[in-house]
Amino acid sequence: MPVPPRPTIFALSSGRPPAAIAVVRMSGPRAGSALEKLTGRVPKPRQATLVRVRDPAAGDVIDEALALWFPAPHSETGEDVAELQLHGGHAVVAAVLDALGTIEGCRLAEPGEFTRRAFENGRLDLTAVEGLADLIAAETPAQRRQAFRQLKGLIGDRAEAWRRQLIEALALVEARIDFSDEADVPEDLIRPALHAAQQLRDEIAAVLADGRRGERLRDGLVVAIAGPPNAGKSTLLNRLARREAAIVSPYAGTTRDVIEVHLDLDGYQVTLLDTAGIRESDNPVEQEGVRRARERSAAADLVLWVIDASAAGGAANGCAEGLLNSEIWLVKNKIDLMDQRPRINAEKRRRDEYKFISSISATTGEGTEFLVTALAAYAKDYFAATESAVITRARHRRALEDTVAALSRALAIDRSGREELIAEELRSAATTLGRLTGRVDVEDILDVIFRDFCIGK
Amino acid sequence: MDGGFDVIVVGGGHAGCEAAAAAARMGARTALITQRFATVGAMSCNPSIGGLGKGHLVREIDALDGLMGRVADAAGIQFRVLNRRKGPAVRGPRAQADRKLYAAAMQQAIRQSPNLTVLEGEVDDLLIDGRAPGVRLADGREFGAGAVVLTTGTFLRGLIHIGERQIPAGRVGEAPAIGLSSTLERAGFPLGRLKTGTPPRLDGTTIDWLALEMQPGDDPPKPFSVLTERITNRQIQCGITRTTPATHDIIRANVHRSPMYSGQIKSRGPRYCPSIEDKIVRFGERDGHQIFLEPEGLDDTTVYPNGISTSLPEEVQAALVDSIPGLEHARIIRPGYAIEYDHVDPRELTPSLETKRKAGLFLAGQINGTTGYEEAAAQGLVAGLNAAARAGGGTPIVFDRAEGYLGVMIDDLVTRGVSEPYRMFTSRAEYRLTLRADNADQRLTGRGIALGCVGPQRARRHRSKLGALETARIMARSLTLTPSEAAQHGLSLRKDGQRRTAFELLSYPDIGVVDLVRIWPRFGELDCRIAEQLEIDAKYDVYLSRQAADVESYRRDESLVLPDDIDYAALPGLSNEVRHKLQVHRPRTIGHAGRIDGVTPAALTLLVAHMRRQQRKPSRGAA
Repeated sequence: MPVPPRPTIFALSSGRPPAAIAVVRMSGPRAGSALEKLTGRVPKPRQATLVRVRDPAAGDVIDEALALWFPAPHSETGEDVAELQLHGGHAVVAAVLDALGTIEGCRLAEPGEFTRRAFENGRLDLTAVEGLADLIAAETPAQRRQAFRQLKGLIGDRAEAWRRQLIEALALVEARIDFSDEADVPEDLIRPALHAAQQLRDEIAAVLADGRRGERLRDGLVVAIAGPPNAGKSTLLNRLARREAAIVSPYAGTTRDVIEVHLDLDGYQVTLLDTAGIRESDNPVEQEGVRRARERSAAADLVLWVIDASAAGGAANGCAEGLLNSEIWLVKNKIDLMDQRPRINAEKRRRDEYKFISSISATTGEGTEFLVTALAAYAKDYFAATESAVITRARHRRALEDTVAALSRALAIDRSGREELIAEELRSAATTLGRLTGRVDVEDILDVIFRDFCIGK
Repeated sequence: MDGGFDVIVVGGGHAGCEAAAAAARMGARTALITQRFATVGAMSCNPSIGGLGKGHLVREIDALDGLMGRVADAAGIQFRVLNRRKGPAVRGPRAQADRKLYAAAMQQAIRQSPNLTVLEGEVDDLLIDGRAPGVRLADGREFGAGAVVLTTGTFLRGLIHIGERQIPAGRVGEAPAIGLSSTLERAGFPLGRLKTGTPPRLDGTTIDWLALEMQPGDDPPKPFSVLTERITNRQIQCGITRTTPATHDIIRANVHRSPMYSGQIKSRGPRYCPSIEDKIVRFGERDGHQIFLEPEGLDDTTVYPNGISTSLPEEVQAALVDSIPGLEHARIIRPGYAIEYDHVDPRELTPSLETKRKAGLFLAGQINGTTGYEEAAAQGLVAGLNAAARAGGGTPIVFDRAEGYLGVMIDDLVTRGVSEPYRMFTSRAEYRLTLRADNADQRLTGRGIALGCVGPQRARRHRSKLGALETARIMARSLTLTPSEAAQHGLSLRKDGQRRTAFELLSYPDIGVVDLVRIWPRFGELDCRIAEQLEIDAKYDVYLSRQAADVESYRRDESLVLPDDIDYAALPGLSNEVRHKLQVHRPRTIGHAGRIDGVTPAALTLLVAHMRRQQRKPSRGAA
């Protein structure tokens, strides 16, 4: 059996765009031909050469760039490596990554994959690999939240529905295969399965064809400001944003929607969310505000739980319970209104659960500088661990394109008696879609079969 | 203590027989201990072998020179290939067996195995405190060995339920094993409890066969084993009938007396093998459920009514049978029942089916939470090979997910555990198009020859088949023609002037070897098995090379074995979440770690790096 070569991987190997220069690196057996497809040539080994990068399909010039070529084994990974040094804007990087993704046998590298190949080919020592450790220590939750937000920007709330649709289609086909000897499994399940597959393909294709408008290509740390009513959340937002983005009034319940402010914190993109005061209310408009506040806070990377330190006792301050975020900071506001008596409040008992506690006055500005410094430090760690939105987006699009391709292949097998081939293509679609929506396991499929059909002789 | 054996196998069911025979084929001095030799090869439930997914296992057992395929061929009285009209990858050979012929053929195979001694006795306890394992019999005799394979079936604290009645038993009329469960528990093995069931048996002379639809087998019947030339037994037909609304009324009125519904049974039964009362409760809207009436033998009037497994009280069973067309006057020979039994959490095992807690102790069959003769036999085979390897100081013999269904099953068991009795389905195999019943020998016999578990007769046949296949492949890839030449033979191809090979032509859905014969008469000289194989390979060619790439990357990750004693808490750089998941799952390989939800590619790289460093340490010390 001829085994196809190992995939060629590519990645943005410089910092996140926008930046002055962006470096895109390819490694693997097709690195050379990919470079040639994009630039029309393979330069002399190890010599920086000025090239024009074109979209191989449309022929449009994407950018002028420096190209470098390192044939195996004398390269960073021990494989053929090609490198493009581009102008580092979002659009250029995105276009080059998209173009590479269309070349057969090439795919976006997984985080750490270059390092792993280098390591497997004996081109790297252990200390270099352990540099990865810093990245990994923080990556999982932050990256998952970011990927989730990006996905939502691309496909909205449809992820879980698509996954279900595909599982249902697979269950119909697999039932015909594994339980065809069961009297209670109807003869014709393939047609409804293909019908479901076609619907799914059309829906995904529509999202892909929707241009890139729907996607919010914004990297960033999302910080939700939450807390009981009238604790001064909006004042804090305004203090941090230094502008009147939220209407601030002294009456509880003023903020009924989620207000979003983007700011640059030491060069890092941060989105601040001001959420409605979280409290029980009979007012339906306010209830809706509270619901949205909870939802947005849940998807945030960091929650600033703001309380009124001058209020009597902890009861009025509520607590952050119900927020499942792992990173919650306690911000004690209105210290300017506090008398000097030390106060033992209910929050004290929860101290350990906060990663950071600060005391400020959002009105006078006292203590806010320290809070800003802490936020900037947090942002720095966060950005070190997460992937650029440009990459995430390319990954998502590629997964959806692969899913559409697999579904189309399944639909093209329009022959009875080839259930196993249809199933094979649907499984392939489930694998690629599963990268976005969560893995599709054989148990998920069996669950549906046993739920819908009376199996068992 | 008698130490004259290398391997001791406890239990003479489907797992035990394969385990003992496999260990013996490997040259280990093997003892099979069973309560009574007469029960060896008993089919406690349905009188059939194979089916979808299961048929693959039987072919794989045969490919490794195991017994089940040959014995089923000797005992088969109706052969059918299921999914015959679907693609070859999902076809499942199945045979109904004459119960007495099956037991006789299995007993003969065991008796004829060199290196294999059968001991009749009741194993009272397992001796696993010492360095080498052993067993103590009820009569006080003790045996030690290099390895012990435990195949207890449903005997571990077996408890039969018929209506409100409970009878401690491993099978009807046979005592359960109580002591073994306690010994395993004391040794720290987590035990679970599962349930399975069987229908009442009917007297075939009291069935109105003329009123029933009859189902014949395939003609000619296709044997399981590549060593079987043809099936010689007389072939029979099965009857088909259905439950009626009256049946359902009887069940509904009495369902509270079923131990499954009265709360008497709490353990989990298989969803794919529900009792008739389950079917009525869960799918009550259906007007009837199909029942296959399967004769249990050529000179045996017992009939197995496939589809009405039940543990309702006997008088209710009688009433419900009477309500079924054709069975109005049928007499029940033996009531159906449910049985609960202990099993060990299979995550306690390595992929060679050895327990992690006690070196030299192997478990196979229902004790590992599986159901079915074929699943048991396949595990028995793997456990037997490994017990022999362990006793002989060899390395573990592991079959991976890309080699066969037996690898898929064992990997599922040892990495995921079970929540209901585990049964093989083709959908569990991710490389389903590659792992077919038709190529089981090509996948496994070569490996079996290298391991030493394949006898000379099979090895000879195998080599000559491979040679013939290779010749046919070379021929098919070297003969070519143009579209216009094809048109002269009545084949319409795209007129692109490209020459195509015979193999490429075969990959078209509507071109077969028969069509090639018209162009190149040499194809007519091929043995029909070789021609069939060539055609299947060509039809799946595109998919097979895609799967080959997947298999390669799977194997690359599976080859990186994580040490058992790896301390994830001390491994710098892992996030808490990943660390926790690794600690809970304790993956065996990088591939396994990668299949755990939430373990990222970068974390895997870190694990790989850690492993390399650990491997370097000792060599540095030695230098």
